[in-house]
Amino acid sequence: MSQSENRSKDSWMRKAAYLYIDGFKNMGRLGKMLWIIILIKLFVFFVVLKLFFFPNYLNTNFETEQERADHVTNELIDVINKNK
Amino acid sequence: MDDLMSVVDWSRGQFALTAMYHWLFVPLTLGLGLIVAIMETIYLKTKDERWKRITKFWMSIFGVNFAIGVATGIILEFQFGTNWSNYSWFVGDIFGAPLAIEGLMAFFLEATFLAVMFFGWNKVSPRFHLASTWLTIIGASLSALWILVANAWMQHPVGMYFNPNTVRNEMYDFWALVFSPVATNKFFHTVSSGWVLGSIFVIGVSAWYLLKKRDTLLALRSMNVAAWVGLAGICTVLYTGDGSAVQVFQKQPMKLAAMEGVYQGSTKHGLVLFGILNPDKKSYTDQEKPFLFEVKIPSLLSLLATRHTDGFVPGIDDLMKGGFPQLNQKGELITAPSVYDKMMQGKVAVQALSDYKKAQAKGDSSMMTVNRKILEENFHYFGYGYVDSPEQLVPHVPLVFYSFHIMILLGGYFFVFFILILFLLNRDRLQNMKWLLWICVWTIPLGYLCLEAGWVVAEVGRQPWVIQDIMPTFAAISKVGSGIVQTTFWMFAAIFTLLLIADVGIILKQIKKGSDQNN
Repeated sequence: MSQSENRSKDSWMRKAAYLYIDGFKNMGRLGKMLWIIILIKLFVFFVVLKLFFFPNYLNTNFETEQERADHVTNELIDVINKNK
Repeated sequence: MDDLMSVVDWSRGQFALTAMYHWLFVPLTLGLGLIVAIMETIYLKTKDERWKRITKFWMSIFGVNFAIGVATGIILEFQFGTNWSNYSWFVGDIFGAPLAIEGLMAFFLEATFLAVMFFGWNKVSPRFHLASTWLTIIGASLSALWILVANAWMQHPVGMYFNPNTVRNEMYDFWALVFSPVATNKFFHTVSSGWVLGSIFVIGVSAWYLLKKRDTLLALRSMNVAAWVGLAGICTVLYTGDGSAVQVFQKQPMKLAAMEGVYQGSTKHGLVLFGILNPDKKSYTDQEKPFLFEVKIPSLLSLLATRHTDGFVPGIDDLMKGGFPQLNQKGELITAPSVYDKMMQGKVAVQALSDYKKAQAKGDSSMMTVNRKILEENFHYFGYGYVDSPEQLVPHVPLVFYSFHIMILLGGYFFVFFILILFLLNRDRLQNMKWLLWICVWTIPLGYLCLEAGWVVAEVGRQPWVIQDIMPTFAAISKVGSGIVQTTFWMFAAIFTLLLIADVGIILKQIKKGSDQNN
């Protein structure tokens, strides 16, 4: 890559970075409050709920894909055994 | 069985609660986003700074709703993995693809251009800013597209085959999913209903300004844009709603029967414009009349569903007994099987899966081939293998019926409403009609009611199916205790109620501030 191409890329990336940096720096009260709400919400969703209340049932209880497939198979054909 | 039903019911309730709260935020994002983009386009064309001020005001409301609503849908995906693990495994590849694309599109389009939209005023060129605004709303609409493609597949599964080795449905035709008539109708119907809600919201807020005799220019200009968007939206809703009626008739006739309270089918069937269901009618087998009172438009339901005024629309009883002419999945005219035939085929399919697995364990390839063939021949009714009684196949008729009629009546009202607003704005008479301005304000909750009713029709109407004819809710559930599902149900209720209170509170504060003090 030539030097001029590098410079133009840097300049574009720097502009994009400053858009965000300045945007957050000069954010008004409303924007800050909304970001706090978003961060709290994401924490509650991904840390509290996902980790403690919503484990993936198949991934947690079975180690391999085959075990998961076997479990679902048994669940799906169990109705036949019940009716016998 | 009781405990299983309890888990199923609580899991369904939890999913419904989450989806309905999520659906409070999404349509306003879709509708208000479009209105903001149009306003900014007008600003760029006219160079009138007052349009810029108006755009920025509505953009701030859009931002609040977006920020509070963002990621509320992710909870639904958590629930798939925890509460609906059989379902998640069974459909993994098909459901996963649209949702993965949705995640990527939502992240790259919305997150990237949303930042330019809010931070980019005076930082990027006006044209680039406008492009970012449009790309944000296009990104939001495309996100909706993939969610709705996944949902439409559940209502009308196409483009896949069932692999008994992996016990999964595997996609062989991605475009069949995307361009399924159910998906295309659902997408345009849903997105345009968002335009309607966004328009109602802008008109209602603007009417409040006119009542308070403040921000008059903002109010009148906003109302004009919103009324045109609303009219375009409601026309699209009506057109795609008509298309959806045909799809529902062909693919989910039980849903259509519940929507209209049809127990006994007939040719030249009328559409119930207004009706009160008989609460004593408990089952399709009893002899009670379905309605206490009804106003019908003759032959209209036949016309809407079959495109012929003398077309036959089956009722719940007909769907149970079969024997009427019906189009199959390939579009061929067949005699509809009875529900007992379907249950028999379903049980044959489940038995074939069981036998296939036994043969596989023994390494008996000839029996594997035989059972795989039986399974494939009967797979289209696989889910009926889990049904014990035909009663399980009837959705909650009163809930579906009343939701459908609330949606229809409010849709008709919105059509008249937008035309009236445009007419009065054109005559410069709206400002002095206080009573009508108050109606505009109170139409906002009616917009939300209409959209939630539409969700109930689509989702409660298809019960008991998570995948139409292939998997009922009670076969899709995980082996989890109902206690944990109940706990998380109430946690969600609390979290989403708090979010809703925050959303309404902050939006009201912004509205009270108005455009002059808007930052």
